[in-house]
Amino acid sequence: MTVGAWEAFWLIVHREMRLSFRRPEQLLQPLVFFLIVTTLFPLGLSLQLSLLRDISPGVLWVAALLSSLLSLDSLFKSDADDGTLEQLALSGHGLTVIVVAKTVAHWLVTGLALVLVSPIVGTALGIPTDAFATMLLSLALGTLTLSWLGAIGAGLTIGLRRGNVLLSLIVLPLAMPLLIFGAGATDRAISGTSAMGALYLLAALCVFTCTLAPFAAAAALRITLE
Amino acid sequence: MTSSGGFWYMGGYARYVWPCIVFACLVLVWNLWSARRYLAAAKIRAARALAMAASEAP
Amino acid sequence: MWTWFYKLASPPYVYGVAAASMPWFLGLAILTIGYGLIGGLVFAPPDYQQGDAFRIIYVHVPSAWMSEFVYTTMAVAGAIALIWRIKVGHAVAAASAPIGASFTLAALVTGSMWGKPMWGTYWAWDPRLTSELILLFLYVGVMSLRSAFEDPARGDRAAALLAIVGAVNVPIIHYSVVWWNSLHQAATVAKLGKPSIAGSMLWPLLSMFVGFMLFYGAVLCLRLQGEVLNRERQSAWVREAIKS
Repeated sequence: MTVGAWEAFWLIVHREMRLSFRRPEQLLQPLVFFLIVTTLFPLGLSLQLSLLRDISPGVLWVAALLSSLLSLDSLFKSDADDGTLEQLALSGHGLTVIVVAKTVAHWLVTGLALVLVSPIVGTALGIPTDAFATMLLSLALGTLTLSWLGAIGAGLTIGLRRGNVLLSLIVLPLAMPLLIFGAGATDRAISGTSAMGALYLLAALCVFTCTLAPFAAAAALRITLE
Repeated sequence: MTSSGGFWYMGGYARYVWPCIVFACLVLVWNLWSARRYLAAAKIRAARALAMAASEAP
Repeated sequence: MWTWFYKLASPPYVYGVAAASMPWFLGLAILTIGYGLIGGLVFAPPDYQQGDAFRIIYVHVPSAWMSEFVYTTMAVAGAIALIWRIKVGHAVAAASAPIGASFTLAALVTGSMWGKPMWGTYWAWDPRLTSELILLFLYVGVMSLRSAFEDPARGDRAAALLAIVGAVNVPIIHYSVVWWNSLHQAATVAKLGKPSIAGSMLWPLLSMFVGFMLFYGAVLCLRLQGEVLNRERQSAWVREAIKS
């Protein structure tokens, strides 16, 4: 029975989701890390909530970036370890479909989870509720872009010693424009000015990355697997 | 020509201008030196590899 | 002419060309850099606004240009190597990375020193400075990735892919001063038509650009020989080559 590309996509997404939910603790780890990192800033700086508001977009975004990085390691690693990745690569569907499916599934359980948790964190950092819409949208776009940048990095660093340090070293510089626009959008929303410019740029970055990154990530996997 | 105070004074900006020039020259020198070392090490390793291959040949 | 391109894919040929041309590159580089420095530091008149501090331009701008140029070369060489499987491309990319990183560092440091008298601060998070700093991180990432692999060929390919992905940053650096109103000065030399800078200041600067390019050529020749040797250690032509 041959399976078309779309079916393969949904099958892999479905599989990834089932595997992720089999170990719910693994899902919670990046979220808890996100909460902990955001807590570190107010504790370290001991600021009033009103002053915390000024740095809150940056804190939120740095925390989201770091927690996403933490979870990226698992994108390909377990499948690479037990040989599933090679089987998928040999399946004839092309690495690109597989990479898209795995990354989308990964974003659904990590990035989207971060976005859903962010109102809690935002309140803790003093972000006013009328800035939440921008915050959520910018985080959604940003985490999706980050999942893609991370997929390229993860594909390049599977199986390397200290691979996760190298992964961060590779992904973070690429993610810096993202941080600038994402935090900038939320910042503008908090101060009342229009965040549309920053949001458009963020969306452009997201579209650009989502279009090209699958090919780069598939090429990365091909380099690692051959 | 440089303004009052002479060449080394750089019109009062000497402590910014000269470290820059010196640093840039250091970078250039480092590049040459490190590239020479790299090539020398590569030659030694190649010679060693050839010697091992020659001694292993039947 | 195309046969020359074919020959460039051959490691022994490249090794020979690099060994022979290095002294020429270096000699010309020393002459042009010497002229540039003397012309810029001694003979150019002080700037109307910046006084003698503007002379930092003679090392800062060529360094910044080289940091972008070398990265682009590294990415293109890596792409050629990946697409057409020409190993010499990987050697060029590997040889260029540390050179480009050092130019980036020079640009950042000299720029910082120039910033203090001009803007009152050693650093600002403006788009051009930030993206130049990101470029340094990208260089370090590429070099680290290449060395992290036990199989050097695989390391080369991974580093090439990363260099290509990071190449998106180079236009951002270059056009950041156009796209954003920021602290950093906009283009003075590369504007088409009359550059907005005096002749006695311009010629030493152009000479420094040429000199730095030639210098990159010289250092690249040296490192490229080393990289080719490392990748071709087992080949027969190496025996003759290393006798020199």
